[in-house]
Amino acid sequence: MIAAPTTGIIALLPEFVLAGGAMVLLMMGAFRGERSPAVTDVLSIILLVLAGVLVILLPAGKLVAFDGSFVVDDFARFLKILAILGSAAAILMSIDYDAREKQQRFEYSVLIVLSTLGMLMLISAADLIALYLGLELMSLPLYVVAASHRTSLRSTEAGLKYFVLGALSSGMLLYGASLVYGFTGTVSFAGIAKSAAESGPGLIFGLVFLFAGFCFKVSAVPFHMWTPDVYEGAPTPVTAFFAAAPKVAGIAMFVRAAVVAFPGITAQWQEIVAFVSIASMLLGSFAAIGQRNIKRLMAYSSIGHMGFALVGLAAGTSEGVQGVLVYMAIYVTMTLGTFAVILSMRRNGGMVESIDQLAGLARTHPTMAFLMAMLLFSMAGVPPLAGFFAKFYVFVAAIKAGLYVLAVIGVLASVVGAYYYLAIVKVMYFDEPAERFYRMANELKVVLGVCALFNILFCLYPALLVGVASAAAHSLF
Amino acid sequence: MIIGLGHYLSVAAILFTLGIFGIFLNRKNIIVILMSIELILLSVNINLVAFSAFLGDIVGQVYALIVLTVAAAEAAIGLAILVAYFRNRGSIAVEDVNLMKG
Repeated sequence: MIAAPTTGIIALLPEFVLAGGAMVLLMMGAFRGERSPAVTDVLSIILLVLAGVLVILLPAGKLVAFDGSFVVDDFARFLKILAILGSAAAILMSIDYDAREKQQRFEYSVLIVLSTLGMLMLISAADLIALYLGLELMSLPLYVVAASHRTSLRSTEAGLKYFVLGALSSGMLLYGASLVYGFTGTVSFAGIAKSAAESGPGLIFGLVFLFAGFCFKVSAVPFHMWTPDVYEGAPTPVTAFFAAAPKVAGIAMFVRAAVVAFPGITAQWQEIVAFVSIASMLLGSFAAIGQRNIKRLMAYSSIGHMGFALVGLAAGTSEGVQGVLVYMAIYVTMTLGTFAVILSMRRNGGMVESIDQLAGLARTHPTMAFLMAMLLFSMAGVPPLAGFFAKFYVFVAAIKAGLYVLAVIGVLASVVGAYYYLAIVKVMYFDEPAERFYRMANELKVVLGVCALFNILFCLYPALLVGVASAAAHSLF
Repeated sequence: MIIGLGHYLSVAAILFTLGIFGIFLNRKNIIVILMSIELILLSVNINLVAFSAFLGDIVGQVYALIVLTVAAAEAAIGLAILVAYFRNRGSIAVEDVNLMKG
């Protein structure tokens, strides 16, 4: 049934384009100095779009390079497009902010391009060495962009916290990887899968450390402590970037490693993933209730969303993986749209981040308030918006896999979560209007409009995304 | 006494634990945290090289070299962020990293 994979270096064409392009942009920035960094932003977006087009144009079927350690299948294609879209939108959304805050630096967009290159490698990684290299190439630029507001104490503190905990988590992941290598004798996922069944407790020990590292990268409980602080401290466009693309890559590596490398011990990792998923959903729902800062609230919201996405992985079936993919696609649009609104919360004194500042938005900016309300309803999982379908597919997969407790807790957590999303809608529609915000920048309008329309219109033709996700999930099994 | 795989793994496990405790129990300064991170990565290298010798498989040693390279890049970025932080805060004591709750 499955055709033999095509071997060849052509599989890495999008990565080569991004790597070469990032070098060219870096040289260009170095020679031009501080003049017009917006040019670098635009060129970076063009570069990312070019890489995305190349991902689509690659020959169909499964491509393999470097002796099986780099795989491009439909799963990789789907998530690569998603990660590239998230990164491109993050650069687009930073242009206006950087100009107003006098934070224009060409390094910013170059670092995001390099981080995206790491994500693409991570999504395609099919052995432990490629996985580690992709992960570090993704993470190192993230630490730097978190601290990119060099004169701000909050930004540098966020960068420092992210670095220390990120390095700790890669250490745990590596320790796990070394044990898995030692007890199976190979680093390739296919080889691990062959010898996993008879490897005994040493392998499970390594698996736990490996999954701890994964959980950190997708900010799942109990490795979520960094998320609220880093989201609050980092400059807002950087937070928007953190919330979208790196999460996609993190989930991709989690799913590929679990499903491809450890199919023989599914029962063991299912328990770990189910626990992590329940803890994330509950913490994401309850801890967000008391938050007054909208960036901190989005941090808890993203922890909760990762919990819901992991419900699909806990099912461990092709249908579950399809649910994860649909969830991630919809999650990216919801998050980017919401951050477009957060980035336009700006008055005379600069950016404001408190939820109370959104008071009466429906009267001062009716369109923005309506689209934001739709995104919030979608995050709460209200039908017929896209967020409802996202949760529907993962819960159906969990029920078909017999994980009734997980599904029931998930539904309850999403009800609790709905409370704080609706509280924001209440502030926007029923409170006395606060002062008007500045006019929203055009690129933010585009991002907000596209994301909100996607969420509203998704119900008309869900088969489009679900069909692609289903093909992508089948390519793993 | 013959020193076998188990001894190497024990040393690596002890170093790894020391590194983890160094990060969480350390109340003095952030340089110690950076040292603890290096300790964790080096314990992983001992593991990899020991397994590589035990299995007669070269991949573990390749992995260890790659880990060394990445650890150097990681330390450079960590120190750079630390310098930027010190310029704003005027201190690198762990208890001063407390602007945001958490």
